[in-house]
Amino acid sequence: MKPELIKEVTYVPYSGNMAAAEAMRQINPDVVAAYPITPQTELMQFFADFVANGLVDTEYIPVESEHSAMSACVGAAAAGSRAMTATAGPGLAYMWEILGVASGMRLPITMTVVNRALSAPINIHGDQSDMMGARDQGWIMLFSENAEEQYDNLIQAIKIAEDERTRLPVMVGMDGFVISHSIERVRLLPDKAVEEFVGEPKVMYSLLDVDNPVTHGAVAMTDSYMEFKRQQRDAMEKAYKVIREVGEAFEEAFGKKYEHIETYKIDDADYVLIVIGSAAGTAKFVIDKVRERGDKVGLIKIRTYRPFPYYDIMDAIEASNCKAVGVFDRAETFGAVGGPLFSDIAAAMHLRGKSYPMVDFIYGLGGRDTNVNHIEEAIDKVKRLAAGEEVPLTNYLNLNE
Amino acid sequence: MIKGWKDLPIGGVIPEPGTSEKYNTGEWRAWRPVFEKDKCVNCMICWVFCPDSCILVENEQMVGVDYDHCKGCGICAHECPTKALEMKPEYLFREED
Repeated sequence: MKPELIKEVTYVPYSGNMAAAEAMRQINPDVVAAYPITPQTELMQFFADFVANGLVDTEYIPVESEHSAMSACVGAAAAGSRAMTATAGPGLAYMWEILGVASGMRLPITMTVVNRALSAPINIHGDQSDMMGARDQGWIMLFSENAEEQYDNLIQAIKIAEDERTRLPVMVGMDGFVISHSIERVRLLPDKAVEEFVGEPKVMYSLLDVDNPVTHGAVAMTDSYMEFKRQQRDAMEKAYKVIREVGEAFEEAFGKKYEHIETYKIDDADYVLIVIGSAAGTAKFVIDKVRERGDKVGLIKIRTYRPFPYYDIMDAIEASNCKAVGVFDRAETFGAVGGPLFSDIAAAMHLRGKSYPMVDFIYGLGGRDTNVNHIEEAIDKVKRLAAGEEVPLTNYLNLNE
Repeated sequence: MIKGWKDLPIGGVIPEPGTSEKYNTGEWRAWRPVFEKDKCVNCMICWVFCPDSCILVENEQMVGVDYDHCKGCGICAHECPTKALEMKPEYLFREED
C-alpha cells in the first residue's frame, strides 16, 4: 500500500453488516432496491441512514418483496446505472426467478447475501443453503470469511461485474450472525481510494441512451436461446481471469492479497480440509492446535465458488502430501453424494485424473455451532480414512444422534 | 440467418430499433384472414383492432393483410361488420411448403 494511503486507513470495530454497508456507502451506487430480511435487515438499515443523511447519491427504493428488489435492480442496471442490493436465505429464494433474468440479461448487479438457512422448519440463523441453492443461476459467487473480507470482496465485486469480459452479476456471501452480527476489527480504506478503485460505472447498451435505442429482455426462441446460454458459460470462464486480475489490482492498491482460494499450512500437509466461509477461521485455529501434537493438517478456503476454481484447488492439493481430504459443506444436497462442495471437489479430482480418499462433513445447518472439538473430530475421521479405515462418506458435525 | 453465439450481442440485447419487422410471425399462423374486397366498406374497424398492425391501407382504402406478420388471431374477422374478412385454415394456402 502506498505510504500516504496507510495514514488514511482506519481500523474500526465493525460487524459484517456494518462493513458491507460502509462498502456500499463508499461505492455510492446509483440505485439500491432492497427488502429487509433477517440477518440482512441491519445492513439495509445502516445504508438507509446513509441515504437519509445525504452521505450517498443513491436512489433508494424500499420495495415490497425480494422479487421486486431484484426486478428493480434489473431495470436500473439495464438503464445503465450501478445497482446494488442485499438479501438473505428465503429472500434469495424468493429472488430466484429474477436472479436468472439478471445474469441472462448480463447486468452487472452486485449483492450481499447474508447466508441464512432455508425454511422449513423456519430458522433465521446462518448456513449456506441459500447461495448453494442458487448456484446454477449464472451469478459469480464469492464467499467471505470475516467482516473485512466482506468489505473488500464487495468493493472488488463492482469491478468484476462491470468488466466488459464478464458483465455478470456478483453475489458475495457472509455467514449469517457469525459474520453479519459479530463485531471484529475491520480495516477501512479511505473514501477517495475506494472511489478511484471502483471507478465510474462502465455502461453498455443503456436503455436511457435515446440516440442509440436498444431492446432489453427480448424473447429468444428455439433458434437462439441456447446461443445466449453458451455466451454465459463463456463469460463465466472469462470471469475466472477477471476475478484474479481484480484481486491483483486490489493487492497492488491496498496491499492485501485476494485469490480464488486461500491456503493455510498446506505445503507439508498430510490431511487437507476444504472449507467455505467463517468456519475457515475456526479451522485455522484447530490446525495450529493439532499441529502441536504432530498432525500435519492444511486448509483450502474457497473464496470464489462460481466460477469454481478447479485447478487452483487441485494445484494446492497436489503440492501437499495429501493422503485424504475432508470437505466441509454448510448446505445439504438431499439425494446426492455429500454436499454441494463435495461434488465440486470430486469433479476437480476427475479433471486431473486423481482420486484422493474423501469424506464430507455436513455442519452448521441452521446456525448449529461448529466448535474446535467438532473440527478436531472431523480431522480424526480424515486421519482414519487415510489409514485405510472405513469412514462413512457423509458425516454430520455436532448432530444429536 | 441467425448468428452464432460468438456474434450475437450479449444477453439478448437488440442494439437497433424496429427489428421486430424482420421477424416473420406470420409463420405461426394456423388460420388466415381472407379478404373480400367487394364486401368491404372501409370502416377501418379491423385496422383499429389488429394487435399486430397487419391491416394494409392505401389511400384510405383497406387493401389486404400483411401475411408476413399476421399471427391469425382472428380479431379482424370477428369485428368486421360486413364479413369482408373470413378465417380459413392455413393449410389450404400452404401446399407449396
